[in-house]
Amino acid sequence: MDILNNLIMGFGVAVTLQNLLYCFIGVLVGTLIGVLPGIGPLGTIAMLLPITFNVPPVAALIMLAGIYYGAQYGGSTTAILVNLPGETSSVVTCIDGYQMARRGRAGPALAIAAIGSFIAGTFGTLMIAVAGPPLAEFALKFGAPEYFSLMLMSLVAAAVLSQGDMLKSIAMVVLGLLLGIVGTDVNTGTQRYSFDIAELSDGLGFIVLAVGIFAIGEIIANLDDKQERSVVTEQIKNLFPSWADLKISFGPIMRGTAIGSFFGVLPGTGPAVAAFAAYMLEKKIAKNPDEFGKGAIQGVAAPESANNADAQCKFIPMLTLGLPASGVMALMLGALTMQGIQPGPEVMTQRPELFWGLIASMWIGNAMLVILNLPLIGLWVKLLTVPYRLLFPAIMAFSAIGVYSVNNSAFEIYLTALFGVLGFIWSRLGFNMTPMLLGFVLGPMMEEHLRRAMLMSRADPTVFVTRPLSLVFIIATVLILLVVLLPAFRKNRSELTAG
Amino acid sequence: MRVNYKNKDFWSGVMLLVIGGGAAYIARGYPMGTVLRMGSGYFPTILSGILALFGVALILRSMRTTESIEGGWSARGLIILPIAFALFGFLLDRAGFVPAILVLVIGAASAGPEFKVLEALGLALFMAALGVAVFIYGLGLPYQFVVWPPNFGF
Repeated sequence: MDILNNLIMGFGVAVTLQNLLYCFIGVLVGTLIGVLPGIGPLGTIAMLLPITFNVPPVAALIMLAGIYYGAQYGGSTTAILVNLPGETSSVVTCIDGYQMARRGRAGPALAIAAIGSFIAGTFGTLMIAVAGPPLAEFALKFGAPEYFSLMLMSLVAAAVLSQGDMLKSIAMVVLGLLLGIVGTDVNTGTQRYSFDIAELSDGLGFIVLAVGIFAIGEIIANLDDKQERSVVTEQIKNLFPSWADLKISFGPIMRGTAIGSFFGVLPGTGPAVAAFAAYMLEKKIAKNPDEFGKGAIQGVAAPESANNADAQCKFIPMLTLGLPASGVMALMLGALTMQGIQPGPEVMTQRPELFWGLIASMWIGNAMLVILNLPLIGLWVKLLTVPYRLLFPAIMAFSAIGVYSVNNSAFEIYLTALFGVLGFIWSRLGFNMTPMLLGFVLGPMMEEHLRRAMLMSRADPTVFVTRPLSLVFIIATVLILLVVLLPAFRKNRSELTAG
Repeated sequence: MRVNYKNKDFWSGVMLLVIGGGAAYIARGYPMGTVLRMGSGYFPTILSGILALFGVALILRSMRTTESIEGGWSARGLIILPIAFALFGFLLDRAGFVPAILVLVIGAASAGPEFKVLEALGLALFMAALGVAVFIYGLGLPYQFVVWPPNFGF
């Protein structure tokens, strides 16, 4: 068994002291920011990206991944205890989780959320291990036209499936692509949009953009939206769910995992969409649909499993094709590139220890999270009492040190501040920033593939539809666009993304 | 017809049109090349054109949408936070790591609601100590604690 051998090799990589440590730091930080509303994994990973510069690539990726899925666990704690989504992914968990807590069943709710997340995480990790290698091998056959069409498809899908106004999301993708080409053109050496500023000739810093928009811009917006946070610190007794709880949750966990895995590989859909779909399904098929909204344990088990499966499966397109399916994955790609690793299908063959080590670490990290979340729950509840007025200056300080340390450049700090302001204005105007980040990451690659495709086809644009694989992607793109123009979908979409 | 000065779509469209138009204007200076051998101006020109078109579409849509821009625009957060952040970059190699962190943290805190001077000072000192421990000793970043006398280069 090839997979088995590879997994053993992966565990060998993951259990080295250094990697275990980074995995632990990652899930710890992830839980922390997951519990705290107002800081998401996007901002945190952007903030910590520069620090991973000094760490070997495997360890860096392991830590960043830990922050990401750790946040999913932490988010549910806040949702259940405070009725506030610690993360957007746990919006749905609030509904029944908080009701369970009010009925004195906070313990079982937290436990089933952790158990469901763990099962989903295990399955998601397995999915990556099974689906990854054949997908990467398949992708090795892609030429420039296929890549261009594939990127076009995923950008369109990301814009269409993401939250918010569709027209604005597509515009943000284009803006991201445009920002991505700032700097020296690799083919001709021309300086583009660099305004004779030396620091811009290497291109706009990925970290500058990400920290500016997702850390600074977010803080500016948070300061203006005054949110009340009342912490319910009820005593949590009897953490363990009853046998009946477990039995009734088994089905929802399995179905939630399946739904999450499906949505996971779609670009643009956040974990909230998967969680919502899983919740609706359970409500439909449950024997006790009236219980939903009043503290049904299935209403916690299903969405929590779905959002974690989704989070894990988002790694599949990133690791095998070098395509980001979400904002966090775009940051991961950025981390890889910063480490000098060209993302794409070659990663699996050239750096197998990276791929399999990461997979193994994710399973270990999920196990750590169960331990971290259940017995230590009291600690996390205390954390919720830390006021935001102490948090945001600390976030700003970490962000500033992080950005500065990349190039020791004061200019990049100024630029980050500027993007903070722009990010705030854009979000007030109703633009979603994630599609822009995806466009920014893919911009230079898309231009390169377009150029190569035109060269190899001797300037014949039909190359995109005469090569069968590329044609499939183009048809899919057109279908996605057609489907969203149907009135029925528009209605469903606004329901789905409203939460 | 009443004009809504806070129409979300209108201002979104204007913003895209300005960015797209500006980018296209700048891209005039880049060689276009041919489709076979694309010059450095090819891709940016297409993109900025599309962006400007989206801007026009949004402005047109704003004629029949009524959604207004929501949320606060308090000058405190919007002005003080970016300035405090930028000051960090300005001060780091001129005055040193510790002053830069102190200014950033206290400056940022002053933009928040319920600003308490002593609390902010405490937080700033804590962050400076943490920063020195983690980044200068831990990760070995080459910054001076304090540059004395400060070198503002005047």
